[in-house]
Amino acid sequence: MSYEPLVLSFQVAVVATFLAGVVGVALAGVMSRTRLPGSDLLDVLITAPMVLPPTVLGYYLLVTVGRSTPLGRAYETLTGSPLVFTRTAAVLAASIAALPFIVKAARAAMEDVDPRLVGAAATLGASPLRVFLTVVLPLSRNGVLAGLTLGFARALGDFGVTLMVAGNIPGLTQTGALAIYDAVQANRQAEAAGMVAVMTAFAVAALYVGTKLVRDRPHAW
Amino acid sequence: MPGEARLLVRLLVRARVPGADGGPPRLDVDLELGAGITAVIGPSGAGKTTLLTTVAGLVTPDAGRIVLDGVALFDDARTVSVPAHRRRVALVFQSLALFPHLSAWENVAYGLPSGRRAARRERALRWLERAQVAHRADRLPSSLSGGEAQRVALARALASEPRALLLDEPFSALDDELRGQLGADLRALVAQLNIPAILVTHHREDAASLGSRTLALSHGRVVDEVAARTPAEPPQRGGGGP
Repeated sequence: MSYEPLVLSFQVAVVATFLAGVVGVALAGVMSRTRLPGSDLLDVLITAPMVLPPTVLGYYLLVTVGRSTPLGRAYETLTGSPLVFTRTAAVLAASIAALPFIVKAARAAMEDVDPRLVGAAATLGASPLRVFLTVVLPLSRNGVLAGLTLGFARALGDFGVTLMVAGNIPGLTQTGALAIYDAVQANRQAEAAGMVAVMTAFAVAALYVGTKLVRDRPHAW
Repeated sequence: MPGEARLLVRLLVRARVPGADGGPPRLDVDLELGAGITAVIGPSGAGKTTLLTTVAGLVTPDAGRIVLDGVALFDDARTVSVPAHRRRVALVFQSLALFPHLSAWENVAYGLPSGRRAARRERALRWLERAQVAHRADRLPSSLSGGEAQRVALARALASEPRALLLDEPFSALDDELRGQLGADLRALVAQLNIPAILVTHHREDAASLGSRTLALSHGRVVDEVAARTPAEPPQRGGGGP
């Protein structure tokens, strides 16, 4: 059994979780405290990756960052290489897949923070950003961590979106999920079973930690 | 002393407020706040809490004007709306709203200017000493008694050096003995700092014992001013003697 696809999956999932974490926590912070016009639509758009077929999501990404698109061309001009069918594209795919899990969990936890604590911090002179960083974020820490672990598990297991925008290139963009598919197609059952066991162990461990964190909320007095 | 109350600031609140919590749709209050505590009493729904949260900037009026000491905090005609964190109006919530993840001294230090941690702790401890709860400086709020938490909340509000102190039913969860002690300490601190304070309560006894004057609020308006009286003072007898 080759460990390379599993290691790549892990690397992609770590980077994707970090990126989706930064964007997702910021989005959750804004959405939990403000009611902007169009926030319902934004909520639907962020949640959509949870329910859309991964190929549909991959298609949207391709028409957004493909080589012939303005974004794709801009990326190619800046970096000298195309975005699609690279590891960066695999990270992008996994980030999009992980984002809704992070936003949903973090937002729910942030909305649970007592608004009087937010008000008290403001009357003590704290700017909205300082209130977010010193009161809202610490008090919703477990929900945010739960979201990050769920997002990590989702990023680790992505198949469809990655296949569409990053392809299935052994040694370059072939992640664990894609390698399992190839192994089964080629009737390398033992190899497939080995990778399935490792992926399952990772995902279940992440979900277990996530579930524990949601349940063991501190300060719930 | 109540009789020596010197005029400090004028508070004008004429505003249409979103009546989300059963409060009145309009506030129409024009107060001259002296040094010491101005108690505001009134039944539920009179607008007591709405008055405080509106002045503190936690509720934004739909229209109207809020002026504190000549400074417009909100004025829809001039599109002025000073955010809560720039108003320097401290509010002690009925629930106290101590940050549960921070120790007592960290709660107090929250409103202090930024600086070295040791210096901030030092300053916070001095405030906790003034509120007579310095021995609980390193405790989390969940391990404080009701009276101790009350003192920490007061220290936290005062440490931010506010232009005005607002107190929303601060002693509602305490027994009579503790109310008396805390009330005396609160009056002393407010007198030392010489800042205007508004205390809202639905307990006439709290208003009478704490306030240098007591105003009755109804439907968002001041409808009556109850003469200042300390509990030790005998009731005034009108008319001629024997």
